Amino acid sequence: MTDKGNLLEVRGLTKCYKGDVKALDNVSIDVRRGEFVTIIGASGAGKSTLLRCINRLIEPTTGTVAFDGREMTTLGKHDLRLARQRISMIFQHYNLVYRMTAIENVLHGRLGYKSTLAGALGLYSEDEKALAFKVLDQVGLSDFAYTRTDQLSGGQKQRVGIARALVQEPLLMLCDEPIASLDPKSSRTVMERLRWVADELNIACLVNLHQVDFALEFSDRIIGLAKGKKVFEGTPDEVNEEVVHEVYGDIDIEGLPGDRMVPTIVQADVAGGTAGASSTGVA
Amino acid sequence: MAARKLAPLGPNGGAEDSLAKTNAFFRKKTLVLFAMVVAFFVINGVSGAFVEFDFVSAAVDVPAGIVWMLSEFAPSASSLEYLDSIMPALGSTILASVASSCIAAVFSFILAVLGSRSVGIGGPMALIVRAIASIFRNIPVVAWALVLLFSFKQSEFTGFLALFLTSFGYLTRCFLETIDEMSTGPIEALRATGATYFQIVVQAVIPMSVTSVISWVLYMIETNIRDATLVGILTGTGIGFVFDVYYKSFRYDVAGLTLVTIVIVVIACETLSNYIRRRIM
Amino acid sequence: MSEAGNSPARRTRSGKLRVHVMHKADAALWVVVGALVAVTVFAMVIMDYGKVNFFDACVAALGDFWEMMSTPGLAGHFTAEDVIVGLFESLALAALTTFIGAVIAFVFGLFAAVNLSNKAASNVIKILMSIFRAVPTILWVLVFSVAIGLGPEAAVAGLLFHSIAYLVKAYSEAFEEIDPGTLEALRASGARWWQIVFQAVIPAKTNELLSWTFIRFEINFVNAVAVGAVAGAGGIGYQLFLAGSFYLNLHEVGLIVYLCLAVAVVLEIIATQLRKRFIVQQ
Repeated sequence: MTDKGNLLEVRGLTKCYKGDVKALDNVSIDVRRGEFVTIIGASGAGKSTLLRCINRLIEPTTGTVAFDGREMTTLGKHDLRLARQRISMIFQHYNLVYRMTAIENVLHGRLGYKSTLAGALGLYSEDEKALAFKVLDQVGLSDFAYTRTDQLSGGQKQRVGIARALVQEPLLMLCDEPIASLDPKSSRTVMERLRWVADELNIACLVNLHQVDFALEFSDRIIGLAKGKKVFEGTPDEVNEEVVHEVYGDIDIEGLPGDRMVPTIVQADVAGGTAGASSTGVA
Repeated sequence: MAARKLAPLGPNGGAEDSLAKTNAFFRKKTLVLFAMVVAFFVINGVSGAFVEFDFVSAAVDVPAGIVWMLSEFAPSASSLEYLDSIMPALGSTILASVASSCIAAVFSFILAVLGSRSVGIGGPMALIVRAIASIFRNIPVVAWALVLLFSFKQSEFTGFLALFLTSFGYLTRCFLETIDEMSTGPIEALRATGATYFQIVVQAVIPMSVTSVISWVLYMIETNIRDATLVGILTGTGIGFVFDVYYKSFRYDVAGLTLVTIVIVVIACETLSNYIRRRIM
Repeated sequence: MSEAGNSPARRTRSGKLRVHVMHKADAALWVVVGALVAVTVFAMVIMDYGKVNFFDACVAALGDFWEMMSTPGLAGHFTAEDVIVGLFESLALAALTTFIGAVIAFVFGLFAAVNLSNKAASNVIKILMSIFRAVPTILWVLVFSVAIGLGPEAAVAGLLFHSIAYLVKAYSEAFEEIDPGTLEALRASGARWWQIVFQAVIPAKTNELLSWTFIRFEINFVNAVAVGAVAGAGGIGYQLFLAGSFYLNLHEVGLIVYLCLAVAVVLEIIATQLRKRFIVQQ
């Protein structure tokens, strides 16, 4: 908790797809160590693209991304691999290899650290294995280490995803709609886990969400994206109806600051119901 | 499971409602159906006239032919003595089918991974692999057999090679489809952790595709046992050759016995494949 | 699912942390892979490689293949017209087989679909079809060419069996996908069996049935070429056989191969598109 300097500095990030559609338009954000930042926005606003430009799963068109003092956008293949070691990612659809057990999936998080052959053959060191069991315990799944992941529930799958992210010993976790496919109860468990990761392990979390109420409840800071542009940045207290209107357009969203006292789960269907489909559509 | 609705049929309960609403649609549909029936007769008529196919005599002859076949090709007691010559040929055909499918599968899988749109190496590779698959698959097996016969002469290996080449084309296409239909999420996840290409292939692509791959290989073995008959007749090897010899020397009872053994093997193979498919999920 | 999982962190005999446990499906998978590898190795070891030098034969085969593919042309045994007519004959045989097969398969398909028929009829048809399928096409053709005499009738009759078996499977599976609610609603409204078939089943599945039929046409063309070669049933396949094993002329083989390839590739592309658009698997 000592170093609160900027871990991530994104400047003027722009991503154009064919036909000059700007998925991201001159976006700049900062994330401090251990900070929990949420990005809200309608589907197709560019949230997924933004996250993927940071670890270069998608190549940005222009702009810079400085992570832990190192410029990401100019890295060669080898250096990019090293940089990705400390940036982990979790996904809406968990993206686990279902034929494999939970512990094997968790250990996939170590692949970036390993030589090609050792990684491919799954030859992990005792330390790595011990760490994998530890993080699996931290997400509350130590009983399921040897269970095939296709037998787990959605919430459990996502927690395996978090464990896979943690085993990387990351400085930054990119979370792409982590609870969009989960029921309210599992959603809360997953969000609490992520908040815990930021608080206790001092890992910064950059989270795409479409549930405004969850964003308000868990974030240190909220960023609003609309049509690829940053239209809002501030603390949860600063989010009001005007802001939401600007982010989502003319759509009624429940669970706004006005009725914040009612902790209902907002499935902001218009904004998020198709988030999965559209994020892949944009990406 | 959810099949795409191809026609605006009413879902549960709303049958009457949607029927009324789509009356006009069905009138159009009836016209289309009528047009298809006409096209059906026209194409059949033209094709039939072109090859001088006699529908009437076919309708009369085929059932009679089946009866004749059942009596003439029924294995007789004396034909059982020939089992000694049938069994080794049957065995070598099965072995050649398995070997050609498995070896082709190795090459096909490597090629399919490299050429797939989701995990391939990109660039022109996707097109090249598809072209190779299409050429190998669509050159008639007859042509392969004849060309190979020129240089490899009449041997089991020639039959094996002909099966191998067609299997290679077919499996490459199937594996390409399998890999492309696979969810790309885990691959993206592994890429994000900094995994290398080879690690991604071994740790994600193979585990995710292995059941389909095995399933296709089993199907290929079954298909190859059947195709081995054709290849065998052309290259003078295996069970196809045995059938051909007895067929051409009018020992229809022995040819029929050969046929029965093939049927038994193919059905056994199919049953075993289905059992294995369930077990490896 | 129950909360009873496995106990945490097991160790191997050497005291290392265990990360891989063999699940039943994995074990089955390894058994299958092991068996396939063993059979393959055994087959390659005992195979009769003939008397030719393997290396020389490979070089010769590649040379022949190259000659065939690089210099296609006519060499006087056939005219261009012969070959084109042959191609259309094969196409016509494939078309006849497909259409006649489709009609027969449609009827069988209705009775093979468990939601439109009963279990017994469905099973009988399915067993019959797997016997149809188990006999290689070429043998059906050879048998029919002695049973009813060499000619297009024998070729079509022989090709029909696999065509019917394939389409019955495709059709009946398409029928079985029909929303049970729709059938229930129609049955509740007193519709007769044939009314259900013509009002609900056919309209809902027309595109899918047609797609499968076309896909089968593609396969039938390939088969028509093959049986033409071996059973002397005519068409371009027979010319291919003559050019390859009688006149021993690689240029003609090349030309015919290119023609077959062109037709097959066009059909394959159309079939792939149809499959993508109209047949949603699983």
